[in-house]
Amino acid sequence: MEAKNKKLLVSQDLATHLTALVVDDNMISRKIHEKLLKNAGIRNQGVGNGKEAVDIHFYGQSFDLILMDMDMPIMNGIQATKKLRSMGICSMIVGVSSRSMESEIQQFMEAGLDDYQLKPLTKTKLSSILDKINSNLTYKSKSNHVI
Amino acid sequence: MDVIQWQRQHRDHQASMFREGFLDDQFIQLQKLQDETSPDFVIEVITMFFADSENLINNMKQALEQTPVDFRQVDAHVHQYKGSSASVGAARVKNVCVTFRNFCDAQNLEGCARCLQQLQHEYSLLKSNLQHLFGLQQQIQAAGGSIPTIE
Repeated sequence: MEAKNKKLLVSQDLATHLTALVVDDNMISRKIHEKLLKNAGIRNQGVGNGKEAVDIHFYGQSFDLILMDMDMPIMNGIQATKKLRSMGICSMIVGVSSRSMESEIQQFMEAGLDDYQLKPLTKTKLSSILDKINSNLTYKSKSNHVI
Repeated sequence: MDVIQWQRQHRDHQASMFREGFLDDQFIQLQKLQDETSPDFVIEVITMFFADSENLINNMKQALEQTPVDFRQVDAHVHQYKGSSASVGAARVKNVCVTFRNFCDAQNLEGCARCLQQLQHEYSLLKSNLQHLFGLQQQIQAAGGSIPTIE
């Protein structure tokens, strides 16, 4: 129990240092995800399609976490993820969509996602994303220590 | 009516909405997001949902009236609506969308038309039930009480 509480405290502490971008053309999804992130202490903003996500990075902004919807006008999530990775963006990109077919999820993952979560995003799903970020940071920290 | 009676009515009405499948756990998740920094969060989201519903249902209707029908266009609107309804916990609406998408895939116009009718019906029922729930909320707040929540 004590280890679990410690892990939760670490996650909460981590969250307050993170920034996130919500990429979704659905205003309702965007509002809910932004509130979820805000309640977790994560500074965040939202954009309405993949092109806006790419543009915001092109003009110099960066984020620790990107929540990427799949189906969007102008530039969809798959195209945007591929573009961001080709630009050298190393942020954690999590696909968040209502698509549930394995082939669709696979295609999205192959575009460069770190994780995929089925909509709607919940507090529990966000916690598992933060755990992954925490694990990645711990791994990097240990690797630097070994070097 | 005093605040306790309003609260009882609110609790009973919300419980019946869950029992009858109008709402699912996602609605509780929305309520949990509401706090002192966003005291009207649920009503704001649901108000957006009402506007989105009316817009999308109208789009589906227009798409089904085209000759020939572009089933991919219809499906795109239904997919959007499935996403919105799932996000707010509108379970019965979401389930109709699932069936509707299957008829779009099969390019079954009759099935699509039936689903559209069902969607209009389910949305109308959901809207009136939620408006009643929010009305009870206003009565409770006016009487100085707190809104009961389902855990």
